[in-house]
Amino acid sequence: MILTGPSGCGKTTLCRCFNGLIPHFYNGQLDGELSVAGLKVNEHAIYEMAQKVGLVFQNPENQLFALSVEKDVAFGLENLGVSRDEIRKRVDLALQTTEITELRERAPHELSGGQQQRVAIACVLAMQPDIMVFDEPTSFLDPLGAKKIFEVINELNKKLEITVILVEHRLDLASKYADRVVIMNNGKIILDGKPREIFSSEEARLMGVGIPKATLLWQTLQEKGFQLKGIPTSSEEATHFLREVLKK
Amino acid sequence: MIEVQDVYFTYQTTGVEALKGVSLSIRNGEFVAIMGQNGAGKTTLVKQFNGLLKPNKGNVLIDRVNTRNISIAQLARKVGFVFQNPDHQLFSETVEDEVAFALKNFGFNEETIEKRVTWALNLLDLTEYRKTSPFMLSGGERKRVALASVLAWDPEVVILDEPTIGQDHQQKETLRQFIIQLNSQGKTVVIVTHDVEFVAECNPRVTLMSEGQIVADGRARQILTNSDVALKAFVVPPQITQIFQGLADLGFPADVIDVSEAGKILIEHFQAERNKR
Repeated sequence: MILTGPSGCGKTTLCRCFNGLIPHFYNGQLDGELSVAGLKVNEHAIYEMAQKVGLVFQNPENQLFALSVEKDVAFGLENLGVSRDEIRKRVDLALQTTEITELRERAPHELSGGQQQRVAIACVLAMQPDIMVFDEPTSFLDPLGAKKIFEVINELNKKLEITVILVEHRLDLASKYADRVVIMNNGKIILDGKPREIFSSEEARLMGVGIPKATLLWQTLQEKGFQLKGIPTSSEEATHFLREVLKK
Repeated sequence: MIEVQDVYFTYQTTGVEALKGVSLSIRNGEFVAIMGQNGAGKTTLVKQFNGLLKPNKGNVLIDRVNTRNISIAQLARKVGFVFQNPDHQLFSETVEDEVAFALKNFGFNEETIEKRVTWALNLLDLTEYRKTSPFMLSGGERKRVALASVLAWDPEVVILDEPTIGQDHQQKETLRQFIIQLNSQGKTVVIVTHDVEFVAECNPRVTLMSEGQIVADGRARQILTNSDVALKAFVVPPQITQIFQGLADLGFPADVIDVSEAGKILIEHFQAERNKR
């Protein structure tokens, strides 16, 4: 699921509710009911929620601190008192999944931005959460690095069946992987549905959400009276649809 | 305005050679986007522009003055630098104090400071946060505070390291307008960015870096649509370019970068087809 909306609309605040940072860490008033992975968030401590919900932030530098990749990935598990064998197993698996096994002895701060973000993902993955929340995980990465991170996230979702919530402004790269898009504005959810429906809706456009360029192109054509089949959310789809029309 | 002459730079702490013979000339009033993979030397290069780093070999001239012969404080009046991570820059208790800080250091009088602060906050849509602590603001807002605090002293060159991170679509459009406005006032704007779609919308000059060297330099249209060149520097072409590259064998141009021109080309084609029938 992609969570998007204008800056300051409440995306990050909502994500902080998922792992209990709200209400346990941030002071304020919370009304209503919050249930995540079957747990009522206000009745369970952050460390309990952390085993169900993992957060990966924008800038991996803020999350990494250990002297080696391996130690960083093991850190959360050591804190939970997981046995040594289990830690080793889980660390290996997390490193494999994010394809950084060969970096295990390296110092995280010496790695490239893309590699660091993989380490940050591996740290969270080792906790074996049911849900992973990514807050603009690629904004510090070069475009190719960003593309690869989205592929890793997609794998986690499709192969390990982890529920993925991706907070993102740049929808061009991420949209093709999403089953669902939620748009927030002024602290409320105002749109919720399939990417195609949401991106082609008048509301999304009026709100100035960064609709993928492929979808925008379709809207431009439609305005001029050329209604093409389908609504693309990625360049591959747009090329495919256009080729079908153009070949006739 | 900015002359970089065969510059080499190695970080003493890590021994990493980040710049390996970079030469670059940026004219007054130009808008340049420096792109390329993580660790290519982009930030190291722009830090040479305001004297935060000095070359080991070669020279950097700002307005014909060698950065070795001028203090960072003097250079800062000319070259304003907005960091990638606003938290490396912000420290005051209120947004207002933050924006006023450099102005006070440069010795502006009270009245001018007040005027400039009000102007900069208004420009970046931050007036309502005037008395707020920068640390209470969202990441995107903190970024704008950092930008306001640099623009307040009206430097001739504005360097923005990753200005679009955390900014939504609307704010990016505002940023784009804003850069155009700075350019039209004769100011030089240099951005370091990974945001291909933003660059495609602005179509600035693009300087592409890879492994401490400049590997390509030209208009965005030229650089971003050349997949071989771009991919070598880990830059993926914009979405519209990718669509049109997939249509190249059908006789469509492969150097299209934005939605409006893409729409125009397709509409013309469809209309011509209609007329044939």
